[in-house]
Amino acid sequence: MSPGAGRRTGPVADDPGAVAERVFREERAGVLAVLIRQVGDFQLAEDAVQDAFAAAVATWPRDGVPANPAAWITTAARRRAIDRLRRTRSLADRTDRLAELARLDAQAQAAGGEDTAGEGESAVSDDRLRLIFTCCHPALGVAARTALTLRMLGGLTTGEIARAFLVSEPTMGQRISRAKAKIASAKIPYRVPSDDVLPDRVRGVLGVVYLIFNEGYAAAAGDRLVRGELCGEAIRLGRLLARLIGDDAEVLGLLALMLLHDARREARVDPAGGYVSLADQDRSLWDRGRIREGLRLLERAVALRRPGSYQIQAAITALQVEAPSDGETDWEEIAALYGRLLELDGSPVVALNHAVAVGFAGGPRAGLALLEPLLTDARIADYQPLHAAHAELLRRSGDDEGAALAYRTAIGLSANAVEAAELERRLRAIGGE
Amino acid sequence: MPKYMLLIYAAAEGGPSAEEMPAEHEKWMDYTQSLREADPGLAGDQLHGVETATTVRVADGETQITDGPFAVTKELLAGFYVMDCPDLDAALGHAARAPIVVHGSVEVRPVVTYPAAQPQPEEALSGA
Repeated sequence: MSPGAGRRTGPVADDPGAVAERVFREERAGVLAVLIRQVGDFQLAEDAVQDAFAAAVATWPRDGVPANPAAWITTAARRRAIDRLRRTRSLADRTDRLAELARLDAQAQAAGGEDTAGEGESAVSDDRLRLIFTCCHPALGVAARTALTLRMLGGLTTGEIARAFLVSEPTMGQRISRAKAKIASAKIPYRVPSDDVLPDRVRGVLGVVYLIFNEGYAAAAGDRLVRGELCGEAIRLGRLLARLIGDDAEVLGLLALMLLHDARREARVDPAGGYVSLADQDRSLWDRGRIREGLRLLERAVALRRPGSYQIQAAITALQVEAPSDGETDWEEIAALYGRLLELDGSPVVALNHAVAVGFAGGPRAGLALLEPLLTDARIADYQPLHAAHAELLRRSGDDEGAALAYRTAIGLSANAVEAAELERRLRAIGGE
Repeated sequence: MPKYMLLIYAAAEGGPSAEEMPAEHEKWMDYTQSLREADPGLAGDQLHGVETATTVRVADGETQITDGPFAVTKELLAGFYVMDCPDLDAALGHAARAPIVVHGSVEVRPVVTYPAAQPQPEEALSGA
């Protein structure tokens, strides 16, 4: 018997195969989230959902698209999971799981043959949140967290994730399956964490999302197209989190930050693939819609009066994109914001950004006074942008000799030819070789 | 309920001084008591130092006995607990309270449990 009743009849606007594809893209994560809770196993749920979509592609063109495609898929997937469980004899709690699935199936049938009872919009949202927290659990390695989050919640295939992270497909496949195996054998719980650890765990989830975004945004190498998709996936996850935990100021702050950065994506690269610095970007290429949305979200976040580093970074980015031109950027305010960020996150990279902003706001000497101590900080001493910034500040302070030396150091530390060429151009401009 | 082993690793150097030992001992007594409240079936023991360890291997049918631990590392196995916990988060919560965590670490490992003899699943599904 096929699950589901109440099919759409009459003229069908869409090709059922295409509808199945669309439902797969839009509903997979939601269906998967529900099913993982019901069957208690990531791999089994994933396999069963895959089976159910294959069944949809095979039967919808013949029988028509069901009235509620996502519910149809959920029911079909649960039955596939029952079939698969019956064949898997190694699971310790197979009997209990089968009984529970049978109960759920009977319940769904009594409710009209589809998964409407007890699986409303809010229940699906809760399951998505469980899925996010489990994929981003600190007991998993950081690389596994990002891969699993993209695989389970995003729309990327293992091959696409592998290309985005510059590893082979078998390596990425292994990373994902090891993570799923650890979830199963170590019993990483499938739930929203308890209040005492929730703030930490939300920070952890945001860290994973931002890592995915940066992997796509800061791409110096790799498949640009796939990497652009990482930004898209990170923003989609950010939106989902903002919908599910919209009263967390940092959740909104991170989404605002990603949108404000992503708005400039087109302008950051010239037609030859070279990097274009903020000062030289064609501002007409910036995505005004994203900027407006980012600014609105930042306003909402700030109104919650729970400051945090993502909100501060978003505020800095907002000041940069709101300036009518690079020359009119409010560097004093930016320097003050970096000062606050430094109090929350004392990393040397933040200290460098602070020094650069102060260099614009209060003159090169003020900037140099903050930057110079970083030159002897082992954590950052080999960081190319430190020496490039050092060179710029020295040049602006009139010390061409010192600037030339710093440019040469920066060129030696450059990871790619585009960066090095730009630094060499600046070195020649002050008469250095 | 899943079972976890909490492996207590102490830093090879440093750690509490002789004067601090009585207070340290007190902390472990309290900690063990709190674990026993969470799982009355708690198992576990403290181990003598690695200088007392002996490692046994059999190669080509010949038993080789060597002085010392299996591997010399910066942190050494000093004791263990085995206890039931509802899930990994609960086990990690217990591990984080162990007195060792300031000068050592706790490795949390799920214990393998084999399925008990079970009824045919078809019976469980009757009525479905």
